Amino acid sequence: MKHKLLCVAIAAALIPAAPAVLAQAKPAAMKLSDNMVKIGVLTDMSGVYSDLGGQGAVTAVQMAIDDFKAQYKPKFKIEMVYADHQNKADVGSNKAREWYDTQGVDMVTDLLNSGVALAVAKVTQEKKRVVMVVGAGSTRLTDQDCTPNTVHYAYDTYSLANVAGKAIVKNGGDTWFFLTADYAFGQSLEKDTSDVVKANGGKVLGSVRHPLNASDFSSYLLQAQASKAKIIGLANAGGDTINAIKAASEFGITKTQHLAGLLMFITDIHALGLQTTQGMLLTSGFYWDKDDATRKFAKRYFDKTKRMPTMVQAGDYSAVTTYLKAVVAAGTDDAAAVMKKMKETPINDFFAKNGTIRVDGRMIHDMYLMQVKKPSESKYPWDYYDIKSVVPGNEAYQPLSVSHCSLVKK
Amino acid sequence: MSRKTLAYLLLLAAGLAAPFFVYPVLVMKVLCFALFACAFNLLLGYTGLLSFGHAAFFGTGAYVAGYAIKGWGLPTELGLLAGTAAAAILGWAFGSLAIRRTGIYFAMVTLALAQMVYFIFLQAPFTGGEDGLQGVPRGTLLGLVDLSRDINLYYFVLAIFAFGFWLIYRTIHSPFGQILKAIRENEPRAISLGYDVAKYKLLAFVISATLSGLAGATKMLVFKFATLTDAHWHSSGEVVLMTILGGMGTVFGPVVGSSVIITLQNELADKVGSLVTVIMGSIFVICVLLFRRGIVGEIIALYRRMVGQKG
Amino acid sequence: MGQLMLGLVNGSFYAVLSLGLAVIFGMLNIINFAHGALYMMGAFLAWMGLEYLGIGYWQALVLAPLTVGVFGIVIERTMLQWLYKLDHLYGLLLTFGLALVIEGLFTNGYGVSGQPYSIPAELSGGFNLGFMFLPHYRGWVILASLAVCFGTWFGIEKTRLGAYLRAATENPKLTQAFGINVPLMVMLTYGFGAALAGFAGVLAAPVIQVSPLMGSHLIITVFAVVVIGGMGSILGSILTGLGLGVIEGITNLLYPAASATVVFVIMAIVLLVRPAGLFGKEQ
Repeated sequence: MKHKLLCVAIAAALIPAAPAVLAQAKPAAMKLSDNMVKIGVLTDMSGVYSDLGGQGAVTAVQMAIDDFKAQYKPKFKIEMVYADHQNKADVGSNKAREWYDTQGVDMVTDLLNSGVALAVAKVTQEKKRVVMVVGAGSTRLTDQDCTPNTVHYAYDTYSLANVAGKAIVKNGGDTWFFLTADYAFGQSLEKDTSDVVKANGGKVLGSVRHPLNASDFSSYLLQAQASKAKIIGLANAGGDTINAIKAASEFGITKTQHLAGLLMFITDIHALGLQTTQGMLLTSGFYWDKDDATRKFAKRYFDKTKRMPTMVQAGDYSAVTTYLKAVVAAGTDDAAAVMKKMKETPINDFFAKNGTIRVDGRMIHDMYLMQVKKPSESKYPWDYYDIKSVVPGNEAYQPLSVSHCSLVKK
Repeated sequence: MSRKTLAYLLLLAAGLAAPFFVYPVLVMKVLCFALFACAFNLLLGYTGLLSFGHAAFFGTGAYVAGYAIKGWGLPTELGLLAGTAAAAILGWAFGSLAIRRTGIYFAMVTLALAQMVYFIFLQAPFTGGEDGLQGVPRGTLLGLVDLSRDINLYYFVLAIFAFGFWLIYRTIHSPFGQILKAIRENEPRAISLGYDVAKYKLLAFVISATLSGLAGATKMLVFKFATLTDAHWHSSGEVVLMTILGGMGTVFGPVVGSSVIITLQNELADKVGSLVTVIMGSIFVICVLLFRRGIVGEIIALYRRMVGQKG
Repeated sequence: MGQLMLGLVNGSFYAVLSLGLAVIFGMLNIINFAHGALYMMGAFLAWMGLEYLGIGYWQALVLAPLTVGVFGIVIERTMLQWLYKLDHLYGLLLTFGLALVIEGLFTNGYGVSGQPYSIPAELSGGFNLGFMFLPHYRGWVILASLAVCFGTWFGIEKTRLGAYLRAATENPKLTQAFGINVPLMVMLTYGFGAALAGFAGVLAAPVIQVSPLMGSHLIITVFAVVVIGGMGSILGSILTGLGLGVIEGITNLLYPAASATVVFVIMAIVLLVRPAGLFGKEQ
């Protein structure tokens, strides 16, 4: 018994590096539904999230497939289809359903909007395939709405809030004021962060709620300024975050207080420019300029798209590679077998070091607290962040002990 | 049997056979939107009132039905009724306000009121914000028929659509419908004939809102979720587009229009990427400039011309 | 007090936009749904001018509205003019479609995260008013938009050209009979209304992220403003715009949760009490 386990462990360790060994270990023919692995990229091509994934996600997935083919020379075909979910849950789930039913798609990835992602996750469970959500951030995907067929890959809102709260308080930012988008997303972001801030000895001095797509943020920011909190936490997203940051810089608030973006991406910083964003704190699961491996991927990606990859696009690449490796290792594209293989194999690539996919489908990997550089410190295009601290995955994500997921045995 | 009845029977047969040839979920979606567009057409095509806020009723129907089934555990058919009733009440409230103005003002008032509803759904605790209300069980029909099977649900949806369509058809061809048309053509004259125009308009508005709510609730059942998209003003715009493209003021126009638009959206999703909005907008512009009668309207006109030439 | 000032800034945007809508409506009887898209175009043109041609803020403040105005004239000549004889609803529908096309094209070209546009160097910094810190730029927004609004009001109410315009609104056939080129005036009016939207866009570019969707967020609120004010008078639309900005500012302070809906609630109340709007004429 022990011996057998050891064998599995060795095989698992060798799989990522040794296609030859792999071929020996699995001499039997692959059991594929149609001698083909088909990956569907369901993304937002035109709406508010299209810069995070969009065409870039399609490029990243294609790169992952090409690289996998070049490195492992699989005996089966790998194909990709993509579609625009238009941020409409019915369009997204309808497309996924059709892909599963009529086109033999085995795995769907990207999914930039929580509403779409949750809907597609349900369809995927029903059709017994695999969904790897990279773009959407809702913790519901692996919490109360978890399914045995869902992997939630790059980040979630809990980890962003948690890492920001923990790391910023440790770096001296111990008094907070929140600017919160007045709906479920913003409220839970605020609550998650303030719990962490308090648990780490910080204080929350107050908060103000603003409507989605608020026309003007100056009045809210004046209230934040009056609170004299060291950190102004932005519990909002997209255009709201951007306009809040612009107003903060205009009113000179950033001279005395620090902004902390709880859900920000490198495209937002790129859009705002360093002049406006300098000194901001934010969390992310990926930064293209972190080390040689990330830079190598980013440069290749940049050559194709003329933009640096976001956390979502890099995550798409990593997720697809992880999936394909698991298909080979499992010797089948059967969802249950592939899911099992993915959950027992650690992920080691440029995106994640020793990443693991937990029983609830959450991919656990290190998260980073970044500070935006001053314009004078930025040496080349897209040189935007200093990594202030690294929070290990098991501290960053919501612990299983408080999970509502039915797959977690308590 | 008159030619008209024969045509309807043929269509019914096509509806019954459709799931064996076309992807049933897509047909169900088309049916839901067709009902929505028909309800909308009652207002735009037959009463001459352009509402730019019908997504509010569609969304209300979807959210309330979804919550009734998932949150309160009501059986499916009662859940649909709850959604429809909620849309009716909302329709009455909005209608009372909006019919105080006509024409363009009416459009803007309904748009603004619908935007308010959108914000309420965004903030309300039971809707799940931008995640939407997800995972609503389809349940069974009267405890007998298992609706989680697509094919069973399809015939249920087809029945709902046929009922809604029949109701609208009856309304249009009743004396009440005649008065609505009179109001559309010449409101002062209808008033001078002694009709309480406001009351008729309100009633038409409420019927339209109610059926829109039914369409929304049914769509929720098909997809098992309600999201903010349903209540967004883009949906209001879409239903206008469906009606105009198909031909407003014709019985079948909205059905044709919604089939075309939904199919287009579905087909274009993986072909043109980000240009979907541009294409939708262009169809709008072309319709308004060149095909104001819409597809069905143009066909009818063509048919009449041919018949006229023969005669 | 500080909130009132900030409300006034927002109100200035509402005022310029609803003024543009009112001018167009007065002459063409069309509600310009594309107004938000034109506003967005103004902001984008300012950014594009800086990015590609090195045109600064001050030049953009003139050039961008002009370009948007010309674009408006092209729309009027090629499309809108065919709809005048029909129900006014068609104008609304056409401009709705145009708004989708314009926004879609910009989204396709530039993405939705938006583009950075900084405050001109002359106007960075701010006044310390004692009760608040007012950035110079916000002060400038109030001044510039008030100047434009009252300039327009003066032009329409007090000049000869304005008199022609009002006459053409009142009775186009008679005015035409007096030898005034009404179609030309209609064309220029639409161009002018579009230019006003473009102007508001350039004003907004430094304070709001320049993104393809910036107009559609605003336009519905502006519609509500127009309904509240009534389309009857130019002055009415200006005052309602400013007033609602201030009311929104106060709501932000007292009950922030309602700041998105307050405009619509006021609209409902006004409709109940005065269906024609605060400054509108009863039909």
